[in-house]
Amino acid sequence: MDHENKNDISSFACPIPISQYPNVLLAHGGGGRLTHELIEKMFLPAFANPLLEARHDGAVFAVGSQKLAFTTDSYVVRPLFFPGGNIGTLAVNGTINDLAMCGARPLVLSAGFILEEGLPMDTLWRVTQAMREATLQAHVHLATGDTKVVDRGKGDGIFINTSGIGIVEHNLVIAPRSVRQDDVVILSGDIGRHGMAIMAAREGLEFETTIESDCASLAGLVLAMLDAGIEIHCLRDLTRGGLASALIEIAEAAEIQIRIEEAAVPLLEEVRGACEILGFDPFYVANEGRFVCFVPPRDTQRALAILRSHGLGAQACIIGTVAGDKEGSVTLKTRIGATRIVDAISGEQLPRIC
Amino acid sequence: MRFIDEYRDPAAARAYARALARIVTRPWTLMEVCGGQTHAIVKFGIDELLPPEITLVHGPGCPVCVTPLELIEKAIRIASIPNVIFCSFGDMLRVPGNSKDLLSVKAAGGAIRIVYSPLDCLKIARENPEREVVFFAVGFETTAPANAMAVIQARRLGLKNFSLLVSHVLVPPAIETILSSPSNRVQAFLAAGHVCAVMGYEEYVPIARKYRVPIVVTGFEPLDILQGVYMSVEQLEQGRAEVENQYARCVHKEGNSAAKDLIRDVFRVVPRKWRGVGEIAQSGLGVREEYIDFDAEMRFAVSDFAVEESPECVSGQILQGIKKPHECPAFGTLCTPEHPLGATMVSSEGACAAYYRYRRTSVRASNMVPSGAETHGSRE
Repeated sequence: MDHENKNDISSFACPIPISQYPNVLLAHGGGGRLTHELIEKMFLPAFANPLLEARHDGAVFAVGSQKLAFTTDSYVVRPLFFPGGNIGTLAVNGTINDLAMCGARPLVLSAGFILEEGLPMDTLWRVTQAMREATLQAHVHLATGDTKVVDRGKGDGIFINTSGIGIVEHNLVIAPRSVRQDDVVILSGDIGRHGMAIMAAREGLEFETTIESDCASLAGLVLAMLDAGIEIHCLRDLTRGGLASALIEIAEAAEIQIRIEEAAVPLLEEVRGACEILGFDPFYVANEGRFVCFVPPRDTQRALAILRSHGLGAQACIIGTVAGDKEGSVTLKTRIGATRIVDAISGEQLPRIC
Repeated sequence: MRFIDEYRDPAAARAYARALARIVTRPWTLMEVCGGQTHAIVKFGIDELLPPEITLVHGPGCPVCVTPLELIEKAIRIASIPNVIFCSFGDMLRVPGNSKDLLSVKAAGGAIRIVYSPLDCLKIARENPEREVVFFAVGFETTAPANAMAVIQARRLGLKNFSLLVSHVLVPPAIETILSSPSNRVQAFLAAGHVCAVMGYEEYVPIARKYRVPIVVTGFEPLDILQGVYMSVEQLEQGRAEVENQYARCVHKEGNSAAKDLIRDVFRVVPRKWRGVGEIAQSGLGVREEYIDFDAEMRFAVSDFAVEESPECVSGQILQGIKKPHECPAFGTLCTPEHPLGATMVSSEGACAAYYRYRRTSVRASNMVPSGAETHGSRE
C-alpha cells in the first residue's frame, strides 16, 4: 500500500466507519465522545488548517496589527422558552461567551434564523426582544442577519445560528497549551442549572422545581480579569457536556492531569436533588453561564476577588489544580476521600430505570 | 441535602472502614446484587476504603444488562413497525441488538419516546388512538408495580392500543443460581434495598439458611454500603448466616403489600432467560392470561430471527461474580461504551461500564501486573 499517496481512494472514504454509524445519532451533537470523534475524524481533516487545529471555542487571528476572535454556534433547544431564558438569550450569550473564552471583547454578532412555517409571530417577537436585551446588556451590535423559512414539520419552531467577532486586546495565549503545572482551576459558580431547568421544563417530565437556567454573558467577568492583568492561561465555558467534558477536553489538549475535588464544586440544592432523582451526574449537566479558568497560583486570590465582586461570579471558587504528568486525564477526589478518574461520557445522559 | 449528605459523610465512612479492619481476620468475598450499588461503589471509590481482606464482586442486578439479546432484538423490530410508538426508559436505548440499537431506529425515523414512568405511555396512547403504543417493561421487582399499574389503568380507560413488552426478572432465583454454581466464590450478599422495599425480605430467609450465607438488605449511599459490608463481615466472622436489614429506613420485612398485590394481579412467575447466564426457572414475570391483550409479544408476531452473542464477551461470568470487568481481554480494547460487546458495558449500572468510566487508567495499570502476582479484587 502506498502511504505516500495522499490522493489515494482511502482518503475520500468516510473516516467514521459506516458499519458503526451509518446515520447521525443525537449523541453526535451531544458534546461527548461521539461529537469529539466526528470533529476529529471528519471535520478537522477535511478543513485542516492551523486555526482549526487549536480546537478552541473560536479562532484568534491577526488582521494587520490587530488580533481578532471569530466564532459561530447554532442553537436548537426544546422548549424554546424555559425558566431563566429562551433560545434567543442562548443564541446571543452563547456566542458572546465563545468570544469571551478566547479572551476577546465581543464587538458584533450575526444572526441566521431558520423558522418553521406556522410559527406564531408572537413567539418570534418574544425571542427577538430577548435577543435585543441580551445584545444591549453585553454592549454588542447584531450587525447582520438572515432569515429562512422551512415547511411545517421540517423544523422545530426556531433554529438560530449566531456568529461573532471580538477584539483581542492583550498578548496572552489563552488556550490549553498555555496551561502549566500547578495552575489553579477556578470555577465561576454553581453548575448544572441550565440542563436541569430544561429537563424540568420539557414535556413529559412532571416535577416542579424553581431551577432557572444560568444563561448569561460571561464577557464582563473575563474582561474584568484581563483588565486587572490576571495571567489567564486557559478559559472554557461549560456548555453541553458540563464541567467534566470541559475539563477533559483541556486535559487532553494540554496533556496534563487535572485534579479536582468533588466537594469543592458548588451545586444548588435543587439541582442536586433533581440530579439524584433522575440519576444524572451534575458534572455532565449543561450550563450556559459558567466557565473554568486556569491561572498561575500567584494570581489566584486576585482572580477570585475580581470574580466574586461581580454578581455572576459570587460563588467563584477553586476546584482543583494541574499536575504535571503528561497524561491528559482528569481525576476526582470523591466526597468520601477516594480518587477516581472523570471520563468523557458517550452521548447524552439518559434517566436510569430505577 | 437531607437523606443524602448524612450518608456520604467522609468521617463516618472512614470510621466504618476502620471498624471493618478491626473485625476482619481473613479474606471474604461479598457480592452486591444491584447495579445501582455497583455504580455507587465505583463512583465513590468505596472499595478503596475497605481492608484488603474484603473483595466485592458485582452481581446480576442491572436490568439493562440481563435483558436477553432476543428481547432487545424483539424491541428493535417492534419499534421499527411504522404504526408503533415505542416507549422506554432511557438506558435501554443504547443496548445493541443484532445489528443496531433503539437509538438507531429513532435516527432512521422510528417513533421512540423516552418516558420516565409507564403511566406516561397511557397519555401517549390516548393522544394517538390510531397508533400502537408499546412500553418496554424492563426491570426487577422494583419497576414491576408501576408497570402493573399501567396495565390496570389501561384496562380501566378502555385503551386498546397499549401493550407491554415484558422483561421482568426476579432477584432471589438469580442469587440461588449463583450460589448453586460450582464456580461460586460469593460468601455473603448485599441484597438490593429497593427490590426489598417492594418485596420485603422474607423470601431470602430460606436461601440464607440453605446455602449458609449471610444476606444483608442494603441501601445505595456510601455509608449504607459500608454498613452492609460491615454487617455481612461481622456475620461471616461470627459464623452466622442470617438475613439482616441495613436499609431499615426504607425496607420493612413484609415489603409493600399494595405493590405486591399489583404485581400478583397482572403478572405471573415464569421462567426467564438472563443475558449471559441462561434460562433460570421461575425467575421472571410474564403477563397473566387475564391481561394477555396487553402483552406486546402476543400482539406483534416478531420471532423469526436468531441472535448471536459476541464470543469474546464474558458478561455472564461478570454478572455471576466469577470474573471482574478488567479480567476480560476485550475490556477497554475491543469493548468500550461506544462499541459494547455486551450489555454490562452499555448500561450506566453495568459493572464493565462503571469500571471503564471511573477507573480505566488504574485498571490498565493493574492489568500489567504479571500473572501469579494476584492483585486483590478490592484494590485494583
